[in-house]
Amino acid sequence: MRYLFSASYFPGIQKLSSMSGKPRLTYINGRGRMEPVRWLLAAAGVEFEENFVETKEQLEKLIKGGDLLFQQVPMVEIDGMKMVQTRAILSYIAGKYNLYGKDLKERALIDMYVEGITDLMQMVMMFPFTPAEAKAKNLASIEEKATKRYFPVFEKILKQHGQDFLVGNRLSWADVQLLEAILAVEEKVPAVLSGFPQLQAFKTKMSNVPTIKKFLQPGSARKPPPDENYVALVMSIFNLS
Amino acid sequence: MQITAALLAAVPLGTAWRAGWARLGSAQFSSPQAGGGRHFVSSRCGNRKSEVMAGKPKLYYFDGRGKMESIRWLLAAAGVEFEEEFLETREQYEKLLQSGSLLFQQVPLVEIDGMKMVQTRAILNYIAAKYNLYGKDLKERALIDMYVGGTEDLMGFILMFPFLSAEDKEKQRVFIVQKATSRYFPVYEKVLKDHGQDFLVGNSFSWADVHLLEAILMVEEKKSDVLSSFPQLQAFKRRISSIPTIKKFLEPGSQRKPVPDDKYVETVRKVLRMYYDIKAN
Repeated sequence: MRYLFSASYFPGIQKLSSMSGKPRLTYINGRGRMEPVRWLLAAAGVEFEENFVETKEQLEKLIKGGDLLFQQVPMVEIDGMKMVQTRAILSYIAGKYNLYGKDLKERALIDMYVEGITDLMQMVMMFPFTPAEAKAKNLASIEEKATKRYFPVFEKILKQHGQDFLVGNRLSWADVQLLEAILAVEEKVPAVLSGFPQLQAFKTKMSNVPTIKKFLQPGSARKPPPDENYVALVMSIFNLS
Repeated sequence: MQITAALLAAVPLGTAWRAGWARLGSAQFSSPQAGGGRHFVSSRCGNRKSEVMAGKPKLYYFDGRGKMESIRWLLAAAGVEFEEEFLETREQYEKLLQSGSLLFQQVPLVEIDGMKMVQTRAILNYIAAKYNLYGKDLKERALIDMYVGGTEDLMGFILMFPFLSAEDKEKQRVFIVQKATSRYFPVYEKVLKDHGQDFLVGNSFSWADVHLLEAILMVEEKKSDVLSSFPQLQAFKRRISSIPTIKKFLEPGSQRKPVPDDKYVETVRKVLRMYYDIKAN
């Protein structure tokens, strides 16, 4: 019965998220700005579909179709909304799936931590697009910021309260975002956690949370580290030089 | 409550407008820290007293707009009085850094409700939620977050403007106006036209309205007739500017900061030791 309603049975109809009820992510087939959304949905145990933008023409068609509020991706179809703006999307998912703390003050802490981590991740995200001659300097900058500005903060928080999670003694958006950042920086700076025993333990514990463990296994929706092909694809789709 | 009702009766506004204003009014009443409350009698004197003990929010930043300005706007719109400590020297900044108050070694810093909050977005989210300017449920919050994300991106192009070379300033001015009129303003124009309500979300005054007004005024400073093809936004601007708390903030002598000048740029560069060149978009 389900087959009758699948998109392949009605070739002309674009697959709608409402048909499966799952959130549908529209982005390039790569990490970029969508990866934290994939992480958060996965951590919450929410299955989702992906619509990969592969050409400039496809993006232009999406823009003309009026689906992208500010003519940009990421875009996530969820609960009848076409959401854009990464932070808005993440906040909604966190709120919906109880990963946003129990009250305003916990939310404030989560927001502060997430924003700090996002600043670090922004550097990592932009790194593949750095010109060759600036890459070494950029990498040193990422390592410096990670080890002097961001990781010490979370090391201290975990040490001070001795709990497994950053906020309110339970899993939240902040924990998922921190794990993502740790792994992303480790890909660039393998020994980056060497001075951070709390973060090492955090990384192990978090990686064993069942939904996250599943996401970390091959075959999940997690995207690989960006390579030259990914960079070339992004440049061509977004008309960057 | 009675005073708000009297105000509503006195001002000739539409029903939706009154609903939105009443919502703001109730925000002021239910929030004990209603700074604008010196003109209103709080119905919760006990709570208000304990909040007064907790003190007003205190903002640590340069004496200028930068990333703190949206926070000033939002507190002001919510009728919350606040104090400011201005960073003027490197020594002051280093002292702040050493005190451990800056979680990620950065300003803005806002001391509020016993917390030393950093990260502009976290601060704004907290204020919006605390003062009932963040919608009534998750979906309204999602809309507000999306709209604020757009105006934040737009204002982000203006944030770096004072730091650009004269030549780059001209290029950036064109870029800002182009983005405002082709990407951002049309969205809000359409939202207002489609639902015909006075406020962007939920027929109620929210953070999204404050943020959009701030963005409109900033872009107008770059091109005064930028709203000429946006009648909904022109009306919106008039309406929101006449909300009492906002009207007060727009008057001379308020804590609103002027357009950044060379002195501001010099202070920021000196305090942050930020001497590198900033490129236009």
